[in-house]
Amino acid sequence: MPEEHPLIEMEREIAGGDFQRAGDVSSELKNILQRAGFPPAFNRRVVIASYEAEMNVVIHAYRGVFRARVYSDRVHVEIDDQGPGIPDLELAFQEGYSTAPPHIREMGFGAGYGLSNMKKCSDVLVIDTRVQEGTKVVMDFFLSPSNS
Amino acid sequence: MTLREIKEILEAEVLVGEEFLDREIWYACGSDLLSDVLAFAKEHALLLTGLTNSQVIRTAEMIDLLGIVFVRGKRPEHSTIELAALKGIPLLTTRLPMYESCGRLYLKGLKGCSEFGSNA
Repeated sequence: MPEEHPLIEMEREIAGGDFQRAGDVSSELKNILQRAGFPPAFNRRVVIASYEAEMNVVIHAYRGVFRARVYSDRVHVEIDDQGPGIPDLELAFQEGYSTAPPHIREMGFGAGYGLSNMKKCSDVLVIDTRVQEGTKVVMDFFLSPSNS
Repeated sequence: MTLREIKEILEAEVLVGEEFLDREIWYACGSDLLSDVLAFAKEHALLLTGLTNSQVIRTAEMIDLLGIVFVRGKRPEHSTIELAALKGIPLLTTRLPMYESCGRLYLKGLKGCSEFGSNA
């Protein structure tokens, strides 16, 4: 079966530490999905997971690239960063576990629920991480028959 | 309950979004953890929070929150208010602390997000 071409593709840079612009990329993806006419509950899943992933890059990494491919019945998101990597992925998935510094926690983030939110909102989540190199997060979201 | 009623109940001041006070709010959630807000807030919801940074506005934008109330007299910076104006998110501030703000609204019948789906 030939590879289906995406309806829309987007690729954006994310700057580590830039809290003023943090959220811009997910906001843009949200607008794209709304214009494409996906159901709100589906968009919400994609946007929450994307925003958590975007925040992780801003909080922890030096820079990252956000790529989204929108198909008629699914959305594929990849976030590839250059950063510290995640030494213990299993631990990182534990709710409440966080390595975020205090100033991040004061902003309301870094409470240790980002990865679990990403897992809950996506249908497939794959994380490839190398310590002191970076982390790649790949997420797929399928439009289910119940439209959510 | 409308945002206008919420403003009265909390004796709140509108920082931006006066034109949105007729919005109908079905649920509220009180939290200072944005990942919790992302995970649990439902449609037609209001957020009560002590956080005033721009990420609160971003979080509200991502999940279509209908408004934000800052508790205990907190006020965001001008840039945060501007971002909310741009995104069409009304901001209110009340002198009441978190517990009392939530309590007053709950007593008046505004449900919590975990009660989503029950008669609003």
